[in-house]
Amino acid sequence: MVQRLRVRYAKRGRLRFTSHRDISRALERAVRRADVPVAFSAGFSPHPKISYVGGAAPTGVASEAEYLEISLTRECDPERLRAALDASLPPGLDVLDIVEAGPASLADQMECSAWELRLPGADLALAGVAVEKFVATDHIEVERLTKKGMRRFDAREAVLSLAAFEGKGTTAGQASSRPCVILRMVVRHATPAVRPDDVLTGLRLVADFAPPVPPEVTRLAQGPLDVRTGEPADPFGLDRDITRGGEAEPVGRHVGGDI
Amino acid sequence: MSVESLFPRLEALLPRVQKPIQYVGGELNSTVKDWDEATVRWALMYPDAYEVGLPNQGVQILYEILNELPETLAERTYAVWPDLEALMRAEGVPQFTVDAHRPVRAFDVLGLSFSTELGYTNMLTALDLAGIPLEASERGDDDPIVLAGGHAAFNPEPIADFLDAAVLGDGEQIAIAITEVIREWKTEGSPGGRDGLLMRLAESGGVYVPKFYDVDYHPDGRIQRVAPNRSGVPWRIHKHTVMDLDEWPYPKKPLVPLAETVHERFSVEIFRGCTRGCRFCQAGMITRPVRERSITTIGDMVEAGVKASGFNEVGLLSLSSADHSEIGEVAKGLADRYEGTNTSLSLPSTRVDAFNIDLANEFSRNGRRSGLTFAPEGGSERMRKVINKMVTEEDLIRTVTTAYTQGWRQVKLYFMCGLPTEEDVDVEGIADLAKKVIKAGREATGSRDVRCTVSIGGFVPKPHTPFQWAGQADHETVDRRLRALKEALRGDREYGRAIGLRYHDGKPSIVEGLLSRGDRRVGEVIRAVWAAGGRFDGWSEHFSYQRWMDAAAKVGVDVDWYTTREREENEVLPWDHLDAGLDREWLWQDWQDAVNDVEVEDCRWTPCYDCGVCPTMGTEIQIGPTGKKLLPLTVV
Repeated sequence: MVQRLRVRYAKRGRLRFTSHRDISRALERAVRRADVPVAFSAGFSPHPKISYVGGAAPTGVASEAEYLEISLTRECDPERLRAALDASLPPGLDVLDIVEAGPASLADQMECSAWELRLPGADLALAGVAVEKFVATDHIEVERLTKKGMRRFDAREAVLSLAAFEGKGTTAGQASSRPCVILRMVVRHATPAVRPDDVLTGLRLVADFAPPVPPEVTRLAQGPLDVRTGEPADPFGLDRDITRGGEAEPVGRHVGGDI
Repeated sequence: MSVESLFPRLEALLPRVQKPIQYVGGELNSTVKDWDEATVRWALMYPDAYEVGLPNQGVQILYEILNELPETLAERTYAVWPDLEALMRAEGVPQFTVDAHRPVRAFDVLGLSFSTELGYTNMLTALDLAGIPLEASERGDDDPIVLAGGHAAFNPEPIADFLDAAVLGDGEQIAIAITEVIREWKTEGSPGGRDGLLMRLAESGGVYVPKFYDVDYHPDGRIQRVAPNRSGVPWRIHKHTVMDLDEWPYPKKPLVPLAETVHERFSVEIFRGCTRGCRFCQAGMITRPVRERSITTIGDMVEAGVKASGFNEVGLLSLSSADHSEIGEVAKGLADRYEGTNTSLSLPSTRVDAFNIDLANEFSRNGRRSGLTFAPEGGSERMRKVINKMVTEEDLIRTVTTAYTQGWRQVKLYFMCGLPTEEDVDVEGIADLAKKVIKAGREATGSRDVRCTVSIGGFVPKPHTPFQWAGQADHETVDRRLRALKEALRGDREYGRAIGLRYHDGKPSIVEGLLSRGDRRVGEVIRAVWAAGGRFDGWSEHFSYQRWMDAAAKVGVDVDWYTTREREENEVLPWDHLDAGLDREWLWQDWQDAVNDVEVEDCRWTPCYDCGVCPTMGTEIQIGPTGKKLLPLTVV
């Protein structure tokens, strides 16, 4: 292994229906097609050294901020690799940013995620009331089927902020342009993970609020919690400090653009 | 008239179903063409779940060939799982293609590829969801031509009422020919409507249109005759054979799905046809003669396919891959080319032969060393003579021992149960053979770390084989023999724990037998099963034997008559008007030879024994060696 790179990618549009396993297969094939000099693990059944960092957005959930690390056997220019990998992946799996890995662990940076939920046909006033009640409650126990069976846990404490407002236009990766209510939230990563649908369950429990159709969910960002803004900051911040001497924000795609 | 994408309506349903990605399309190397620029539009269906259907070679080949034609468009559709089916019914979303999510009913042709009869109920679901009448006789000019192909289409009689047409054999050239017939007919303003088109197809001699044939029956239920019911329609319909596979190097750009499928690899067919003459094997009988793809074309296809797909496994397909005249060179050449790239090669369907261990070693050089599979098929020497699987016990043990000594720890042995003339002792022989294999393996390696898995399939007599006249073993007999085998293995203290056993009960084989050798009267059973909820009959969790028996009883079809009854030489079989090229007298003689334990050699290496295919079809054996070698790939 000669070089370790960190990759931010998005899953958008129809590709939001991919599972994490689907993405991992697609990525391995894209790497082969693009002739990326990926390092392989040793042993009986060698695997490309690609590790996924942060919680994977669930099947059906779009994301602007998924992360992985990849090890190479030969040094590559990050921007050229980004373009090559992006071209090799199917449209909708889009490589947004690549940096050289610094000494700090990327996994440790992933403290929280910002999520957007579009609720077509939901009532804004009712949503507002539900959000207020949710925020005013200390502890909201929800139940979800996890890999370890049915689990009960608190869905309130991990929610750092939650707001409801009226949505217009389309979110990146989502097809509908119907009028809708948008829920925007920042959630701290915890075990078990509190997902957007757990927050929806919480809203139903505290205020009997339920959207008429399944929501369209997008992860907007994940990274270390910026205490000034209450939002996730760029998890590549530390890597950039070392590799680029503290250069400004990366050129990523803007959330809210059409694809 | 353009058609709108159904995707926005489908998308709203996807969050509520399992594995939604399978319905989304957008596979690498898939094609979406402009609807209005095409004059002939095909919907190609593999009537099983996406994960099984997507890798299917036949569909991928036709999809690519048809889309290469000007003014022609082909899209794919697969069976939707019951969870989505229920939502589609509730929301009025029709059967769609995964490429551009166009409604299947808007196409000119719905082409179905049947590898197995167990997809018949899935066809009915798709037709119904598409809004196409189930019975061909009820379809109008706005409905697509429903056309069946694939191995099961060599006896399409059980689904004759649901089909407009069927084709036999290799699809490449006939799909193009059908496209041109449809184009001409449409350009002329569709003279004669739907029947006008079907008549043109039938007159060509290469397409079977069931409704242009009447079936008469004897009072005892046997078929009296099958005859055309109008002039201009041929008495017999012949299969299609592609000669020179190098001229048809498809798939060039394999479809790479996002969803997980049953075969995650790039497959190249290294030859078509097989003349080993295994009497149970329908594929070997209906795909004759052997036509090899040359080593250089194989090399080119692998190179292009791996580059276009990013797959890390290459499968060299055929009915008996080690029989390619230059397989050693192919294996070595490919293993050299892909040395150090973590690209593994696999060789499904190999015979029991010491030479194949060397091959297997070559094949595992750049990748995983998984298990080896051998198929002796019959548990006793006599049984193997009956089925013409010419493998001696000595051969088998020597081969497997070689595998063990060369570091393979696990072998799989494949057998069949319920073969013609089989007795209990023949199935008990499987246990003895497995024990001998382990014993020899332990002695040769000096280690107890050798294992084998015995996998048993139920035998089903198939049309166009010497066993087409045989009585199928009833499921009670098959289950009794399998139970005895299980006891014999489990009770063995010395070897039992080194031998795994995998088998299914005998009931599904009876249903498969009914559908394989059924006639038009069986169609009503299929429809009744489907109406009672029958779906995905190839999946044990969805299959219901009881549902099939209840449906048969309800419509008055005697399942035993179709399955366990032995036929006489002169009985008219439902598929006798469909010509696979095999001489009926030769098939009967081969059936007699089977009963008398007489073996037949392979015509690639011994004189022709007159099975009839080459002279009837105007074909010939095409095999190497070419003497060419695979050169190293040049790195750009």
